[in-house]
Amino acid sequence: MAILLFADHDNASLSEHSARALGAALQIGAEVDILIAGQGAAAAAAAASTLQGVRRVLLAEGDALAERLAEPTAALIVSLAGKYDTILAPATSSGKNVLPRVAALLDAMQVSDVIEIVAPDTFKRPIYAGNAVEVVQAGGPLRILTIRGASFAPAAGGGAAPVTAIDAPAVPALSAFRENLLSASDRPELSSARIVVSGGRALGSKDRFDAVINPLADKLGAAVGASRAAVDAGYAANDLQVGQTGKVVAPDLYIACGISGAIQHLAGMKDSRIIVAINTDGEAPIFQVADYGIVGDIFDVVPELERAL
Amino acid sequence: MKILVPVKRVVDHNVKIRVKADGSGVDLSNAKMSMNPFDEIAVEQAIRMKEAGDASEVIVVSVGPAQAQDVLRTALAMGADRAILVEAEGRVEPLAVAKILQCVAQTEEAGLVVLGKQAIDDDCNQTGQMLAALLGWSQATFASRIELAGGRALVTREIDGGLQRIEVTLPAVVTADLRLNEPRYASLPNIMKAKKKPLVQQTAGELGVDIAPRLTVVRVEEPASRATGIKVASVAELVDRLRTEAAVI
Repeated sequence: MAILLFADHDNASLSEHSARALGAALQIGAEVDILIAGQGAAAAAAAASTLQGVRRVLLAEGDALAERLAEPTAALIVSLAGKYDTILAPATSSGKNVLPRVAALLDAMQVSDVIEIVAPDTFKRPIYAGNAVEVVQAGGPLRILTIRGASFAPAAGGGAAPVTAIDAPAVPALSAFRENLLSASDRPELSSARIVVSGGRALGSKDRFDAVINPLADKLGAAVGASRAAVDAGYAANDLQVGQTGKVVAPDLYIACGISGAIQHLAGMKDSRIIVAINTDGEAPIFQVADYGIVGDIFDVVPELERAL
Repeated sequence: MKILVPVKRVVDHNVKIRVKADGSGVDLSNAKMSMNPFDEIAVEQAIRMKEAGDASEVIVVSVGPAQAQDVLRTALAMGADRAILVEAEGRVEPLAVAKILQCVAQTEEAGLVVLGKQAIDDDCNQTGQMLAALLGWSQATFASRIELAGGRALVTREIDGGLQRIEVTLPAVVTADLRLNEPRYASLPNIMKAKKKPLVQQTAGELGVDIAPRLTVVRVEEPASRATGIKVASVAELVDRLRTEAAVI
């Protein structure tokens, strides 16, 4: 049997998390079809077709699918499910929204946030905010998985899979899309950036957060992140939150500025390759996961670091 | 309109859990247990809707051991009207919980189900979406704002890259994200009053739901630990080490 990958995209381009989920699918080791559900999504389908290891790309288009609303998208995946024994998606907001609905409609349990493929039916996933790792075996005829992108390398390009247009089943419209309010930024996307500079509550205000964190991020070509405390205090936008309940990131370099290192924050960044912590409190838990720590005032150290680069 | 709020009893978010040495699970003996924080936000939301005149009754339901009565009493003290405990021992997976909640939502003729987006123990993030699927209802996950009007709910969702606004037809399932509201503390008089509010007990078997797990937990491991790092004395040393030793800049 084969694997169906429900891809994350914005119609115009394919999310890197889709290539990473494909990396996981190829480890399971069966033929992989990629589903692009959208509207005007030929460009995303073309991008998917260039990934190596793809058998074919299925392109389903329709107004109801333009923003991948859960009800019509789940109905589409269910209509295809009979040909696959594994259905997976990246654990992005779209995958997390749609795939459990698919699982319930097919009377299957989902394995969420897979971080390692142990065997084609056995997976590792974090529980308790990453303080434990569960090894689960999914018996039964169908496996449904969401894949944590930070844990898998993206599949390479250079492929040329055929794109096949398919019809989506008609379903009653239970919901309607109104608008997306997306943060405009020239910086790299947080969850796939190579370098992340994050700020915590110690910044003290939104103005100071921007004044201290942004110049360093821009100098490094880095994405900006924030702790939950900083987001709750209004210093940074919601979608910049790194942690158990925000984004999970694993960049090459993570610089934590004025972040104490609460368990729920560590869950979102402790798989980064190199972690730098800057904090006045030498006993802060963030230093336990940091490769390099500087005990000092962020308002002195961070600008000095920016100038030294 | 009745609002149904499922709540889960989980280890308190301040407890540092330990993996059992034999790999059989996580040691929760004597650990403080509390209501799942995301469910607390859902309870608060439902109570606010009732206070605003959008709901006639707030019913809280929990699936779990007898001790889950404690979190139901907490929800009653916050302002929910009555509670249902569906007793189920052992590991109950989100799919089984969703099937139990489906029965309860249908019996109670709920017009809206609000629950947390995920539980902080298994971190599954599945139950709300599964419940919506089983009921054939619309769903709005990761809500940071809910406005009710004319048989619909306008929901602002937290998505990758920002926010999304969608409109769902009621009845619907909405899952609460962190920034939907700040839950209230129950006052002492309300805690006393909550002891007299109705709490009905059922079992999963009485509802005819098969709760046998579909997944097998092979073992539970410690997460990979990081090698101990070093403290550097100056910014110059940090930059030098990032360039030469770590080669990341």
